[in-house]
Amino acid sequence: MLEVKDLAVAFGSIAPLSGVTFSLAKGETLGIVGESGSGKSLTAMSIMGLLPMSDGRVTSGSIVFDGQELTTLNESDYCKLRGGRIGLITQNPMTSLDPLKKIGTQVDAVAILHLGMAKKKARANTVDILHTLRIPEPALICERYPHQMSGGMKQRIVIAMALAADPDLLIADEPTTALDVTVQAQIIRLLDDLVKQRGLALLLITHDMSVVAQTCDRVVVMYAGRAIEQGPVLDIFDNPQHPYTQALVGCIPRDLKDGEKLTSIPGTVPTVLNYPEGCKFHPRCTRAQNICTTVQPELDRNGDSAVACHFAGASI
Amino acid sequence: MLLRYIFFRVLMLIPVSISISVVIFMIVHLLPGDPIDNLIRIGSSPGDRALLVTKYGLDQPLFVQYFRWVGAMFQGDFGEAIVLRRPVADLISYNLPFSLSLGAMAFAFSSVVGIILGTISATTRSALVEQFVRGFILMGSTVPGFWLALLMILFFAVQLQIFPVSGAKGWDSLVLPVLTIGFGGVALVARVTRVALMDARREDFVTLLHAKGLSSGTILFRHLIPHAMLPVVTILALRIGWILGGAVTVEFVFGRPGLGSLLIRALGQRDYPVVQGCLLMLALAVMLGTLIGDVAQAAMDPRIREAKT
Repeated sequence: MLEVKDLAVAFGSIAPLSGVTFSLAKGETLGIVGESGSGKSLTAMSIMGLLPMSDGRVTSGSIVFDGQELTTLNESDYCKLRGGRIGLITQNPMTSLDPLKKIGTQVDAVAILHLGMAKKKARANTVDILHTLRIPEPALICERYPHQMSGGMKQRIVIAMALAADPDLLIADEPTTALDVTVQAQIIRLLDDLVKQRGLALLLITHDMSVVAQTCDRVVVMYAGRAIEQGPVLDIFDNPQHPYTQALVGCIPRDLKDGEKLTSIPGTVPTVLNYPEGCKFHPRCTRAQNICTTVQPELDRNGDSAVACHFAGASI
Repeated sequence: MLLRYIFFRVLMLIPVSISISVVIFMIVHLLPGDPIDNLIRIGSSPGDRALLVTKYGLDQPLFVQYFRWVGAMFQGDFGEAIVLRRPVADLISYNLPFSLSLGAMAFAFSSVVGIILGTISATTRSALVEQFVRGFILMGSTVPGFWLALLMILFFAVQLQIFPVSGAKGWDSLVLPVLTIGFGGVALVARVTRVALMDARREDFVTLLHAKGLSSGTILFRHLIPHAMLPVVTILALRIGWILGGAVTVEFVFGRPGLGSLLIRALGQRDYPVVQGCLLMLALAVMLGTLIGDVAQAAMDPRIREAKT
């Protein structure tokens, strides 16, 4: 359904994203994990064709959605895909809705635009969707304004907008980061149910490993603008190959005893302006050798998994 | 919800009006000088002077004069002009229409052209157009009105002889004053529109609007412009009062009657009742302008409508 191959994005001379490769099948949930600044959101925006207009652009690689190449797609065709076949859920529901327009109007617009529905029919469609999202009194909610609703409720409205035209692919960019922990669980469960009921493909971008474990079939781990490892979720958690993934998995607190310290990865993610030569992770890597400082390791496929490391292996 | 907002907003005008009337009254009476000096014939005796002072009630304590003034105003009596010797109400009702027609035209001109120019400069991809509009904005905000008025007269009235040099006869006498006042207004409105639009475009929800598949045009007209209009409405509302009173220099240069010219003349002659009447009219205009602006904003933004007033 979605094939991203060797995707690279540049803003002028700065190249924050390169060598991103992954694929997503119908009915599958793919997680993209990584620290802040690793290029997760940028990947999502490239797929949506919503890189900041000024100077952000895809410099190489391809994004194929349902047989259609997106990197060369013109704007008006892209508008049909966005909201129509690809839905986007963004990070901060508090600022994601137009504060001057009623909830109903904002959700209706999607069905009116993509399904050619008349206003009344679009509203019925909206009420239906709000209902499946377990929003109480959907018809009443349609007459409300965004500022009258809680964050969790607004995020459901954002999800409703993403679903209104019955898309095939849903991209959720940190959908729970700005929400309360209790609401986070509800939203994640909701997304999970939607995927199962509607056979949607879900691209879930998050930095929360527990969310990944709960919902994803497969995982892509990103570091400094590159996809460094991917595979089925169980493999990634139980048998990570890349030292970074191993460190990341090692950071998940389990069976912590009183007074025991949480583990963390020493150092920080390099910013776009000071990406190191060779493997981007080598300054923080315990396994780094000379070759790591000069040669960028390629993504090495092995069945359903892939890893980009000169010394990939299970040993920790 | 909107009605409730309007009700409370109008209620708030009562204390404002009272303080304004006190301030206007005090300012005028604390000014040095005396209208009687302009009125009295040379060689009159102190007795004649005292008679006049009593006639206009200027010998009474200030607060008595204030309450008389306010009381009479409620009956439509703004007093008698001391120097011009006519009812103030007549003077105002003669001059007000000139100010209103000029103000309304200038207001309409500056809002429409300003909003269009601001939108163009915020959305165009052509650097040339953008530079041009920005240059225009800079010029319009800095060139003083009276100077521009003189240039306009020199060029359009004296050289080309398309429009009359001065006066207020016929529609064509309005063109140059409207352009002069409007020029600064256009620049101001264009600047605010431009900044507001660029701010609106950076809002988070715009990403999601694009993600819904809406075209850039739809997003601009349905979402960005309504947002950008919020600060623009504030500026426009403030300008309603400003145009009525602030057109003084322009009225003067073009030799037009109007509240501004009336006020200037009355001030020179210390004609208290006229000054008070004019100031009150201008204060009223500012108050009404802000009221209209606030109500318009409340009509546009649900968050303001619901804010506790």
